[in-house]
Amino acid sequence: MTLRLDHVSAALGGHPILHDVSLDIVPGELVALVGPNGAGKTTLLSVMSGDVSPTSGEATLDRVRLDDWKVAALARRRAVLPQEQRLAFGFRVVDVVRMGRAPWARLPQEDLDDVIVAESMHRTDVLTMAERSFPTLSGGEKARTSFARVLAQQTPVVLLDEPTAALDIRHQEQVLAEARRLAADGHAVVAVLHDLTVAAAHADRICVLAGGRLAADGTPRDVMRPALLGDVYGHPVDVIDHHGRLVVLPHLITVEKETPCAPVPS
Amino acid sequence: MTATLPGHASAVAEPVAALPRRRAARATALFVVLGVALAALTIYAGGRGQLAIPANEVWGSILHRVGLDWGTMPTHPQGDNTLWQVRFPRIALAIIVGAALSTAGALMQGIFGNPLAEPSVVGVSTGAAFAAAIVIVFQIQLVGSWTTALFAFVGGLVTTLLVYALSRAEGRTEVVTLVLTGIAVNAIASAGLALMIFLGDTQAREQIVFWQLGSLNGSRWEHVGVVAPLVLVGLAGSMLMSRRLDVLALGDRAARHVGIDVERLRLVAIVLVALLTAAAVSFAGIIAFVGLVVPHLIRMLVGPGHRVLVPASALAGSVLLLGADLIARTAVTGADLPIGMLTSLVGGPFFFWLLRRTRTSAGGWA
Repeated sequence: MTLRLDHVSAALGGHPILHDVSLDIVPGELVALVGPNGAGKTTLLSVMSGDVSPTSGEATLDRVRLDDWKVAALARRRAVLPQEQRLAFGFRVVDVVRMGRAPWARLPQEDLDDVIVAESMHRTDVLTMAERSFPTLSGGEKARTSFARVLAQQTPVVLLDEPTAALDIRHQEQVLAEARRLAADGHAVVAVLHDLTVAAAHADRICVLAGGRLAADGTPRDVMRPALLGDVYGHPVDVIDHHGRLVVLPHLITVEKETPCAPVPS
Repeated sequence: MTATLPGHASAVAEPVAALPRRRAARATALFVVLGVALAALTIYAGGRGQLAIPANEVWGSILHRVGLDWGTMPTHPQGDNTLWQVRFPRIALAIIVGAALSTAGALMQGIFGNPLAEPSVVGVSTGAAFAAAIVIVFQIQLVGSWTTALFAFVGGLVTTLLVYALSRAEGRTEVVTLVLTGIAVNAIASAGLALMIFLGDTQAREQIVFWQLGSLNGSRWEHVGVVAPLVLVGLAGSMLMSRRLDVLALGDRAARHVGIDVERLRLVAIVLVALLTAAAVSFAGIIAFVGLVVPHLIRMLVGPGHRVLVPASALAGSVLLLGADLIARTAVTGADLPIGMLTSLVGGPFFFWLLRRTRTSAGGWA
C-alpha cells in the first residue's frame, strides 16, 4: 500500500498551485506537511484525497490512479479530516461518528460498527458528549468528533488537514499522539501542520512546501535547519535543541520607537 | 493494511457499553401514535359530510368490503354508496398526496443539507401550474378530463429536470447554483402562468386560480389508481437512500470522503422529488407548506436521522392533509374550501413559531 505522487502539478480554478511535486507516502509513518500560507498544503492534501485531479503527473494509490477509484472503494482506503467541520442538521455526536462507518455498510465489517465507533470516541475523548447535538459543540469539540469519525472509517491512509488548529494543548497532544499511534499501527498518516515545533516533535518525516514546490523532505533533524526555514518562510528563525526536542523560535520583529507624527495625548 | 482491518479494533473493545442507544423507543412511539391517528381520522372523516354516518357504521361498511360480515352497515340507503364513491377515494387521495408532499420535502431538505428547501425551489409547483393553465386556457382535450393532470405532472417533472440540467456544470452541481437556477426558471414559469391568465376568459381564469389553490374535490378511485403507484415508487426509493442522505449533512466533499457518490445520489433524489410532487399536484393542485413544515416537526421530535425521518414524515403528512381536507369540506356547509389556502393559513404561523423556537434553543437549526 503506497500513496504515490509522481511529478504532480495541480491548479485550482485555472490558477496553478502545485508544481512538479513527487512524494511517496508509505505505511508506518506520520508525514507532516508544513509551509507558509498559500504554499499549497491543502491543495496537496486534496490531490492525495482524490478531490483535485492533477493537471499533469500522476497520483496513485496501490498503483491505481486516484481518479479511477470508485468513490466507495476509495473511502475504505483513505479517510480525510477536513479543515472546517460543518453539519447541516443537529445530529448527535455519536451519529456523526457513525457516519464514518458508511463505506462499510452491507459488508461483513459492518457488524463491528458499534465497537469501532465506541473505541474511536474513546480515543478522541468525546464519549462523554455522545448525546450532544453537533452544532452546539465548541470548535475543538467539533474537531475531535470529526477526528473520531475519521478513525471510525478504519482506513490504511489517513489525511488530516490542520487537525490541531482549534485544539488546546491537552487535546492537541492527544490527537497527535493518536495520529502517531495510527502510524505505528501501520497506517500511512499525512497531517498539515502549522506549528513547526509540534511538527518536529511528532512527525517521522516533514515535507516543506514553498510556492507550490517541495522545498525539503526528510526527518525533522534534516529539515528543521534555520537557513532552510528562514528562506522558506521569509523570516529568520532559531532552532533550539531542548533535551532532544527541536524547538523552532521565530525572531521577534523589533518595533522601532519613532517620534510620533503627532504627540500622543497623555 | 493488516493493521487497518476492523478486526484489529475488536481486541480493545471495552468501552462499547458506554455508547448511547439509538432513539428507537421514541421513533416507535411516534409511528404508533401517527398510525392510530391516521386510522381514527379515516373513520371519522368517512362519517362526516352532508350525509352524516356514525363511526360504527363506517367501520361496519369497511369490514363488509373486506369480506367480514361484522358490525352495522350504514342505515341510510345512500350511505354505503356515499362512502365508497365519494368519501373514501377523497380520503385515500388525501393520504397519498400528504405522504408524497412530506416525503418530497424531507428528501429535498436532505439533499440540499438546508432546512429551508422545499420542492417548489426547483420549480415543480410553478411548472405544473403553468402546464395546467395551458390546458385550461386552450381547452386541450388530449385524454379527456385527465389532460390537466397529465400536463401538470409532465410540467412539474420537466421543470425540475430542466433546473437540474441547467445548474450542472463540469459534472457537478453547486447547491447555491441550483437554488438560483430554480428562482430563474420559477420566474419564467410564473411569467408563462401570468400570460395564460391574461389570455384566458373569465371562466378559465377562475379555473386557473382555483387549481393553484389546491383541492381534493371530485377525487375518484381512478385518480387514486394513477397517483398511488407513482407515489409508492417514490416512497420506496426515498427509503432506500435514507441512510446515505444522513451522510450528505457533512457537506458534499466530506460525504464523498466517506464513499457517497454525491452527484448520483442527488440526481436520483431530485428525480424522486419531481415524481412525488408532480404526482401529488397533478390531481390536487398546489398544496403549500406541507413539504416544508412536516419534516421540521418530525426532526424536532425524533432527530434528523433519515431512516426515521422519511417514513415518519410520510405518515405525518398523510394525517395532516387528511385533517386539512376534512376541515376544507366540512367547515362551511355547502362549500369546499381550497385546501392549499388552509395548509398555508395554518402552516405559515406554525412555521414562524418553529423558527422562533429553534432560534431560542441552542444550535439554531438543530
